[in-house]
Amino acid sequence: MIATAKPDLVTVNIDGQEIAVPKGTNVIEAARLVNVDVPHYCYHPKLTIVGNCRMCLIEMGMPAVDPATKAPVMDPATGKQKINWIPRPQIGCGTNVSPGLHVRTTTPMVKDAREGVMEFLLINHPLDCPICDQAGECKLQEQATGYGRGYSRFIEDKNVKPKRTQLGPRVTLDDERCILCSRCIRFSKEIARDDVLGFVDRGSYSTLTCFPGKKLENNYSLNTVDICPVGALTSTDFRFKMRVWFLKQTNAIDTESSVGANTVVWSREGTIYRITPRRNDEVNDTWMADSGRVLFKAVQAPDRLSAVKINGTDSAFDIAINAAAELFKANAGAVAVVGSGRSTVEEQFLAKQLATALKAPTYLVSRVGEGDKLLVSADRNPNVRGALVTGLIPTLPSAELVDLGAQIDAGKIKVVVTLGEDLAAAGLNAGQLAKISVIVLGTHANSMAGGAAVVFPTLTAFEKSGTFVNQQFRIQKFLKAVPPIAGATDDLIVLAKLVGAAGGAMLPTEVYALWKSIAAAVPALATTTFANLPETGQLLDATPFLALPFVEGETLHYKPAQHVVAAANA
Amino acid sequence: MNLKAETLSKIDEVITHYPVKRSATLPLLHLIQEDIGHLPPETSEWVAAKLELEPINVLEVITFYPMFRQKPIGRRHIKVCRTLSCALVGGYKTCATFEAEFKTHLGEVSPDGEVTVDFVECLASCGTAPVVLIDDELHEKVDAAKAKQLSDQIKAEAKKR
Repeated sequence: MIATAKPDLVTVNIDGQEIAVPKGTNVIEAARLVNVDVPHYCYHPKLTIVGNCRMCLIEMGMPAVDPATKAPVMDPATGKQKINWIPRPQIGCGTNVSPGLHVRTTTPMVKDAREGVMEFLLINHPLDCPICDQAGECKLQEQATGYGRGYSRFIEDKNVKPKRTQLGPRVTLDDERCILCSRCIRFSKEIARDDVLGFVDRGSYSTLTCFPGKKLENNYSLNTVDICPVGALTSTDFRFKMRVWFLKQTNAIDTESSVGANTVVWSREGTIYRITPRRNDEVNDTWMADSGRVLFKAVQAPDRLSAVKINGTDSAFDIAINAAAELFKANAGAVAVVGSGRSTVEEQFLAKQLATALKAPTYLVSRVGEGDKLLVSADRNPNVRGALVTGLIPTLPSAELVDLGAQIDAGKIKVVVTLGEDLAAAGLNAGQLAKISVIVLGTHANSMAGGAAVVFPTLTAFEKSGTFVNQQFRIQKFLKAVPPIAGATDDLIVLAKLVGAAGGAMLPTEVYALWKSIAAAVPALATTTFANLPETGQLLDATPFLALPFVEGETLHYKPAQHVVAAANA
Repeated sequence: MNLKAETLSKIDEVITHYPVKRSATLPLLHLIQEDIGHLPPETSEWVAAKLELEPINVLEVITFYPMFRQKPIGRRHIKVCRTLSCALVGGYKTCATFEAEFKTHLGEVSPDGEVTVDFVECLASCGTAPVVLIDDELHEKVDAAKAKQLSDQIKAEAKKR
């Protein structure tokens, strides 16, 4: 990466506070730095500026100079340089800072301007907040309260527009609520590169529409719902399900690929209702893929494993651990551990300890899809790099466990511990599977769970805390959003007990405590603790792994190493 | 799109007048409307392909300007001014006369296919109000009687054909 040059700083004065901000910053962002709120609708920090909502009007002025001599004009009353205030309000989003710029956001003119804009925006707005999903997180609601005039003078009839247009498979549009900010149009064009939305007709008849015959169906369509400042664009899945103020927000990480998009999981009383993106300017900006938003449905899926089983019959946890211990003892030296790129760093660390205690070889299964060059990368495992960092695997995994199959055929491996991976899907044939006893740690039923010697139901990423290392070697943490389903045990507890069963030292089973052991054992993580990991993640040293041919192509904020690109083109 | 060869060559020529192709959207729409008489539904896609845009970008332009027609009109387009000066001296009556004469409603093609009557904003001839624009020809001081006379003239011409 090329180091960015130190940005030139410009000193501006906002409501009497001086602040130095980088050149090119607009007034909204500069004001944010001094905790001054400039209300806005159409402006979005990750989209182009169009300045069409007019809500961010501010009063601005420049220090006065004598036109002839260019000497500063002093104000005798204050002894400071006089400010020439522009007699009309300016838009904050489209005004970039310049040296000495003065901004006022609390004057009567600004107040009048905001009240006027709010009044116009509300003219054709249906004010159906009681039945609107956006209520509680609606900018129009918030700013009408904060900056509106408080009562309406409108006695005419409001426009009638389409109330429930299906823009695509996941997005529903209520045109009456739309305030024509055009954020969704710009997002579709600039970020998703699927320019299908636009305004047809004009004046108060302007209507947001998808081009006839086309659909807003790209894998990023739900971001338009996130950035819609009002309740015009709503998620068809979340619509009318829950009031947002009842929902608990938990920071999480998108597990669908190695991008590791930062997310927020919204839940109430143990049920997850939706997943939305969380801003991280180094990873996913403010976006995430639609496909990552439905992953929570796996938590309540009917095929969740919820009973400890030994040879297919229900059992108890401790008995199952003992059964595993017996298997380990009876087949000493003939055990293999199949880890997972979907496991957390902590689980991979414990899997490594288990393999060490058993002197077992370790494997991982790769999942490769096609990257979309945005926020879904080619590596569909969220945490392959975690397995590298923790030393669970020395090199990149392959999609098929060919070596493990050969070892089984040779009779060298008789017991396989699998962390959620389906061995049949990973290339072991029926004959090979018949020769081994399998200890399964898994969340959902698959072909393994049926014939396994021991099954431990474990947790989905929404029911536990942990960390993933994404494609940038950025370690990011996620927190438990909902309690586990009945019958399932935390992976860390199962793994720590299995380490004990294998004759290893007893390790902590709780993520905060376990990090002391991880920091002590893994040099790359020596100074890291779970509690101190920043919300935006922490970059790890990638140099030991630079030579590996990672499968990811270019995505947002990620460029593959040059030699990998060269190899792919060769 | 079924365009005349002449229109197509004009279109290719007009695109070269602008530094970016997108700028040719309006001239292209005018040329197509001149040729076909209105802008059929496939216009957006055709123009978008021609100018390397997305169809929605063109549809936005078509729906923004009232002078772009998305439906066919009659053989003649009668535009009656509705703005203040004309309205004060009987523009509404003039318009009603045309509607009654051709048994049609505003914006619709008359049953005989001869005319479409529209009630439009200022035609910029307030001194001679009320005014009517029939295709490209301006008619001044068109009161109800003159409107009847113009209608008869159109009908007579229609009969000759």
